[in-house]
Amino acid sequence: MSAFFAVIRRDLILAFRRRAEIANPLFFFILVVTLFPLGVGANPKLLQAMAPGVIWVSALLAVMLSLDSLFRSDFDDGSLEQMLLSSHPLTVLVMAKIIAHWLVTGLPLLVVAPLLAIFLGLPEQALGTLLLTLVLATPVLSLIGSIGVSLTVGLRRGGMIISLLVLPLYVPVLIFASNAVEMAGNGLAVDAQINILVAIFFMSAVLAPLPAAAALKMSVN
Amino acid sequence: MDSLGSKQTVLQVEKLSCIRDDRILFEGLDFKLTNHQVLLLEGKNGSGKTSLLRIICGFREQDAGDIYWGGDKIKDSNYYAEMAYVGHLDGVKKELTVLENLKMSLSLGQQGVYRIDEALDKVHLSGYDDSLVQSLSAGQKRRLSLARLLITKNTLWVLDEPFTSIDKQGIKLIESLMHEHIVAGGMIILTSHHDLDLHEVDVQKINLSLCH
Repeated sequence: MSAFFAVIRRDLILAFRRRAEIANPLFFFILVVTLFPLGVGANPKLLQAMAPGVIWVSALLAVMLSLDSLFRSDFDDGSLEQMLLSSHPLTVLVMAKIIAHWLVTGLPLLVVAPLLAIFLGLPEQALGTLLLTLVLATPVLSLIGSIGVSLTVGLRRGGMIISLLVLPLYVPVLIFASNAVEMAGNGLAVDAQINILVAIFFMSAVLAPLPAAAALKMSVN
Repeated sequence: MDSLGSKQTVLQVEKLSCIRDDRILFEGLDFKLTNHQVLLLEGKNGSGKTSLLRIICGFREQDAGDIYWGGDKIKDSNYYAEMAYVGHLDGVKKELTVLENLKMSLSLGQQGVYRIDEALDKVHLSGYDDSLVQSLSAGQKRRLSLARLLITKNTLWVLDEPFTSIDKQGIKLIESLMHEHIVAGGMIILTSHHDLDLHEVDVQKINLSLCH
């Protein structure tokens, strides 16, 4: 257990020392969302209708861009080898890394997303649901993404392949999350979507670290 | 003498083979390593020294053969709690300080013979506790990764070219650390192009260029 918290702590310190790198996904998220009104025109009705989808697609891309940093530097400097050799189960250490990754990339999105939602004219009654879907589903993005990165971390140019591997797996999250926000905006009940997101969250929390750890073992050889 | 436990532990390798890109690096390799022993792997470049070490670490799957630790296959034993590896990559994070790096290694392993400040003193890095690793020289980084061996509990050291980028004085230092580890009942497997200068220590040599 001490190793679990030590890994989280170490990754948070590292993130703090590489602030610029960590801020990139957040700025990317803000930029992409602000590009839409410029591209499709400032029609309030149109923007309001598009808001859930725009915010969610941008969040998804922002998280995906940050995925490579999850294991890259550990792979390059040999820290990953040392983790593999520790007597602690690798899945636990991988889980710690995923949590740290979410804290530095997913959590900031939660803070900015409501502001961007207001900017796009999302109805106030949908803000709570938007936050709830982000709380439930951004960890899922980090979890599922960890499988993709651990498979590609051994390849020198893995960037493009990660998106091909991971984006299709993000589709269910995107569908249920943006649909929930949209329905909440229309004043409808969203229990079903939220329940499914909760299920996806728990399933990926339990299942994702296992293949990620196995793939890391394969990548280091 | 035996501060690492009086129980004899044996690393035994049986009929180990490694094939890389249709080329047989070595096959039918047998050896046995026990407490107080050093195994020095020799061979020309590309003869499979690093591959053998990575198989022993479990990073690479062997193509045939088995490795036993204390009589059990390494996957079924407490092997990983009793070994430590220093490879080509230093395994330290350059954005962290010397102290933070060693504390991390410590939480991945178990407290060993030396405390962190003692180990830093041993590898002549005391006073660098709070320096970021990126400000250290290549040789200092190397010594830092060797300090990891001292602070964690381990019997077997697996060292891949430990003398790379280390000066003459540093080589003497590492040899004395190795000597101390062996006398205390440890075992070491290493590759090196440098002749080992270890007195009264049982050094086995295997030349992988001859293992086809």
